Amino acid sequence: MAQAATVDVRPTRRASRITPVNIFLWGLRIAVLVVILYGSYLSISSGRLSASQWRDLIVFGVSTGSVYSLIALGYTMVYGVLRFINFAHGEVFMIGAMTAFFVANGLATTSLWVANPAVSLLIVMVSAMVASTSVAVIVERIAYRPLRGSPRLIPLITSIGASFTLQYLMRGLVGPGNKAFPRMEPLRGSWEIAGFVILRSQVVVIVAALTMMLGLYMFVERTRTGKSMRAVSEDPETAALMGIDVDKTIVKVFAIGGAMAGVAGALWGLVFPSLNFFSGFLPGIKAFTSAVLGGIGNIVGAMLGGVSLGVFESVGPSLVLAGYGIPAFSQLKDVVAYAALVMVLIFRPTGILGERLAQERG
Amino acid sequence: MKTKRGLKLLALLAVISLVLAACGGGEGGDTTTTAGVDEPTTTAMVDEPTTTVGEEEPTEPSELGTVEVAEGEPIKIATLQVISGPNASLGTDQVRAVEIAVADRGEILGHPIEIAFQEDDLCDAEGGQTGATRIIADPQVVGVVGTSCSGAGVPASNVVTSAGRVLISGSNTSPVLTSDLAGNVGPEYHPGYFRTAHNDAIQGAAAATFVFEELGLSNVATINDGDPYTQGLTSSFESAFADLGGTIVISTAVTADQTDMRPVLTEVAAAGAELVFFPIFQPAGDFIAEQAAEVAGLEETILMGADGLLSDTFVALPQAEGMYFSGPSTPETPEYADFLAKYEAAYGEPPIAPFNGHAYDATNMLFDAIETSSTDDGGTLVIDLQGVRDALHSMTYEGLTGTLACDEFGDCAAPSINILQNTADTADVAAVFANVLTTYTSEDLGF
Repeated sequence: MAQAATVDVRPTRRASRITPVNIFLWGLRIAVLVVILYGSYLSISSGRLSASQWRDLIVFGVSTGSVYSLIALGYTMVYGVLRFINFAHGEVFMIGAMTAFFVANGLATTSLWVANPAVSLLIVMVSAMVASTSVAVIVERIAYRPLRGSPRLIPLITSIGASFTLQYLMRGLVGPGNKAFPRMEPLRGSWEIAGFVILRSQVVVIVAALTMMLGLYMFVERTRTGKSMRAVSEDPETAALMGIDVDKTIVKVFAIGGAMAGVAGALWGLVFPSLNFFSGFLPGIKAFTSAVLGGIGNIVGAMLGGVSLGVFESVGPSLVLAGYGIPAFSQLKDVVAYAALVMVLIFRPTGILGERLAQERG
Repeated sequence: MKTKRGLKLLALLAVISLVLAACGGGEGGDTTTTAGVDEPTTTAMVDEPTTTVGEEEPTEPSELGTVEVAEGEPIKIATLQVISGPNASLGTDQVRAVEIAVADRGEILGHPIEIAFQEDDLCDAEGGQTGATRIIADPQVVGVVGTSCSGAGVPASNVVTSAGRVLISGSNTSPVLTSDLAGNVGPEYHPGYFRTAHNDAIQGAAAATFVFEELGLSNVATINDGDPYTQGLTSSFESAFADLGGTIVISTAVTADQTDMRPVLTEVAAAGAELVFFPIFQPAGDFIAEQAAEVAGLEETILMGADGLLSDTFVALPQAEGMYFSGPSTPETPEYADFLAKYEAAYGEPPIAPFNGHAYDATNMLFDAIETSSTDDGGTLVIDLQGVRDALHSMTYEGLTGTLACDEFGDCAAPSINILQNTADTADVAAVFANVLTTYTSEDLGF
């Protein structure tokens, strides 16, 4: 009986693949591809930008994108264990950036800032990490833990509330004005690496972000704590039966996400040295987009998603929109970013690396 | 069972809240329509307590109605300026000027003057709309001095003037709010709107003339941020520059909250611009100035901004050194020196933005207009709102910023535009204001 049932199901499933909806979707995919490719062709063949300028655009995208990736890790890890989007994560990032600003400002008045920039940078990053980690853990304790076991929508809405609370708390603490990050002289200018001229600040951002992500990946894959996190994400009840302290593991997940956001905040300050209490909102939304783009719940996906989003945003307007002669196309950078999300989801509804996860969970 | 009951309860709650919300919305809607639409025939005075005291009707009922001020009661005005956020200095400076003007005037026809509201225009459309709506809800407010930013001025002009009151700005400069100075009315002009600041048709022409004639450049890029002020200024710059014979190699835009300007600057570099004119606000302006230094091909490109970027924090940027700015000229009369002395005595610092004189003039013009359009009705002052508008249109006012006379679209300024440069020696914005390279008057530019 059971065998007969499966045999029956398969052909019908295969037959059901060619429905009008599927035909429409394939048509849409092809149309989208044609639009993008033709726009790119027009834009490249016009010779408006030189090869080195295209390369610069990609490097700009990778550096912004690697910051998105770091923030996206927090979204994706929390989603992995708790199945909700922690919208307060953008604010955790902003608090990291603010802390980095105050510490950097303090250090800039001492001789250490000039004498030993590497150590000062490390101090700035570590303090940003500490601040962000603490905030992330406190928010988990106050806002999310009491809601454990309630429907998923409830912590989601709570996280929006937590986001506003943190934003306006910071507004109260530091005021609404813009804070200008102090400059770090050794990071001005550019380096030539393998024939590529890259801004020093971007090299630092890309290297730091990649190091953090690699460290995190090793941590999750190779350590006992990492294993317990994966277990909780797989099935919290069974994990608890196996002797894993689920609450503790969740706190660790929030702490790691917070630490990544803290580093991201410090790096953001290096590249875009002006911030205010609202600065976490847009990068937060972008990072969330990156997480979805990469396949939410998947750590490597978040990294890939962030970098791709950064590159789409940076190259997309010049590549596709400019080809069609759209005026003021740079203003449409965010449109391109979200359109890229929609397009990736049209082709792969679970995100770049989401399939494996979806199948495992299904 | 338990969850089912919970669901039912939730559903019930949802229904109740919807019904309540609908009721609340209805009531709210009603009040806003009466306050907002304010048909010219029904005066703003309907639910005003003093009407019961006063006589039946004012002697000459005009379409816009009247404001009656009982004996001993103050005449109310309001300010709608940006007083928070990165552009707060622009508005705070003008609020101070209004306060000085009120203190100087003391009273109008025996009535004290009260600044009843100090609303924040937030330098955007939302702030202008909210602030203006809050102000006109008080039917006693005769006029509003504001807004700081043209973006806020667009909705505020509509809200304030359709309630019969006047809006006089000391720093709105976008042509859309009045006219293009060539006789074509701006799409956002409403009768009852006035301004003492220059029209950007003039500032754009001044900046373009300077770039083309003094700097001798003919390939220029412009960047705006979609705000009416920046769009108006870049487009008047572009048309003036093209008329002079120059080429706009790229006219592009960013968003006000954008941080990564390198892609757009790469496009500017590819277009071969010798100068970038970006009359936008902070912090987007900061990012452009900083990142322009890092983009290949823009090392030698000259940067030029406008009055929106003239603040201490912007000129302090190392990358802003050598930058040119266009902005209103500062008066050099003994009257303005007196005003400066009062300003410093009251607030302990020299002016923090360029439009204090304009706001002072705007406030005094409003006072003069109220004075000439008021009649004393047995101790009650009756201010004819149409009269206030007419008085402003027909007035020739000798102010701090020159001789002001309003044209039919509300432009009152006698503008002259300074081109300034931020050099290594100019430590703060006051020093930049003092470093004038050229001054253009409207006659120089053929307006």
